[in-house]
Amino acid sequence: MAYSDKVLDHYNNPRNVGTLDKSKKSVGTGLVGAPECGDVMRLQIEVDEETGLITDAKFKTFGCGSAIASSSLATEWLKGKTVNEALTIDNMDIVEELHLPPVKIHCSVLAEDAIKAAINDYRVKNGLEPIKFEESIIH
Amino acid sequence: MEELKLPVYLDNSATTPVDPRVLETMLPYFTENFGNAASRNHSFGWVAEEAVDYAREQVAQLINANPKEIIFTSGATEAINLAIKGVADMYAKQGNHIITVKTEHKAVIDTCKNLQKKGIDITFLEVQPDGLINLEELEKAFTPKTILVSVMFANNEIGVIQPIEEIARITHKHGALFMTDATQAAGKIPIDVQKTGIDLMTFTAHKMYGPKGVGALYVRRKNPRVKVTAQIDGGGHERGMRSGTLNVPGIVGFGKAAELCRLEMDTESKRLSELRDKLEQALLKLEESYVNGNTQHRLPHISNISFKYVEGEGLMMGFNKNIAVSSGSACTSASLEPSYVLVALGLDDELAHSSIRFSLGRFTTEAQIDYTIEQVANAVNRMRELSPLWEMHKEGIDLKTIQWSEH
Repeated sequence: MAYSDKVLDHYNNPRNVGTLDKSKKSVGTGLVGAPECGDVMRLQIEVDEETGLITDAKFKTFGCGSAIASSSLATEWLKGKTVNEALTIDNMDIVEELHLPPVKIHCSVLAEDAIKAAINDYRVKNGLEPIKFEESIIH
Repeated sequence: MEELKLPVYLDNSATTPVDPRVLETMLPYFTENFGNAASRNHSFGWVAEEAVDYAREQVAQLINANPKEIIFTSGATEAINLAIKGVADMYAKQGNHIITVKTEHKAVIDTCKNLQKKGIDITFLEVQPDGLINLEELEKAFTPKTILVSVMFANNEIGVIQPIEEIARITHKHGALFMTDATQAAGKIPIDVQKTGIDLMTFTAHKMYGPKGVGALYVRRKNPRVKVTAQIDGGGHERGMRSGTLNVPGIVGFGKAAELCRLEMDTESKRLSELRDKLEQALLKLEESYVNGNTQHRLPHISNISFKYVEGEGLMMGFNKNIAVSSGSACTSASLEPSYVLVALGLDDELAHSSIRFSLGRFTTEAQIDYTIEQVANAVNRMRELSPLWEMHKEGIDLKTIQWSEH
């Protein structure tokens, strides 16, 4: 199966690779997937307390090219959004943007899960209730 | 300095290119010598039959068999189906138990599972961490109903060579037949069916620089005389064991390919093992990289390496524009399972997901190996910079202590 140009671009030039200080109250960390499944994503957001805007986002991913591209794209989309806006990012938007084939849809689901996990981590750290999400469809 | 030819093909265990010398031998049998080898009454048929007879001798010679013991098929998968199902049918009165191994190729495993549904008992032996079977466990697996033992000569993913002669001896002691799938081994290392005591053996042309679509089943004719029930009905070709018009150009190519492998085996296996060792030793210098499978009893051209904390498919993407290899990881929603062969060795799933198989071949050059070392090492380092698992490892976090989300 050949990869789309957009997946290749994110794979070759991944955006926002790195680590934020997870001890900071303003940083939310989502770690999803499992090594034995062949993919693990860690996605982090930093939120400006004044404006509620996501000022920074970083990722590291163990996985195939589509998983790397999905998380790289997610960090791009997160920056500049409010936390509530970030919650509207849907895995199918990632599928569409990266032209992921059906067998790689789970990579986009994982990225969506990572976003939600990072947001909930941020919420809990700041004394808010974690949001209860419905179970992901695929996994 | 030799010139570097790109792309680099290091997936010769999947298939090999047809050697130009093989192709040249085949070509006339597509056009002027197009006859049906079963046509007995004209020169077109005679020419085709003669070519098939000659190829049969060439193939037999590769494994020290009698030409009459070679049955041509469409490939190794068909040969395996014919051998296992054919024995199960032919010897149904003697018993209904077959012993095989968890690391066999799918063609063997799925054929056995199919028979299981029809009431045949199948024992799937475990392997040791190095990929070899435990002969004591084999001994214990026999029952009075055992009719067949099927153990592959060498494994397709890790190249590990089983102790075939001992397995054959133990099998015969218990009055069963011994079959081996030699798809990866034939043409690469010496095989002597007489000396080794093999009763049935399967192999194929396209793994030894011959064409796709032609394979062979060796069926012993003496001590004991082995019979298999045909699985394809028709004109009774191949001594009644495999009907269907013979693929004359394919068979001619198979014969030539077998002959070339036999003549060049000594020098070629030495050359390949030197190149393989160079590649392997260089890549093992990377931290947390491990060879999978026994390295003493191994085919000369295969190396299977796990690069811990990077995922195989993602890693391959870093160099697969110019280098073709295969991975034990399959990241698709249909199958998140890594290679069942590596899992059978007892590898953690995550190490199995991190594996790459390099399989060298006749047209692999040293310049290509040097290039591969550089490219793969760079990609491993780059992927580790991207890997949260690598970061945790470097921070001294034991990944086993982490509660991973169910997937």
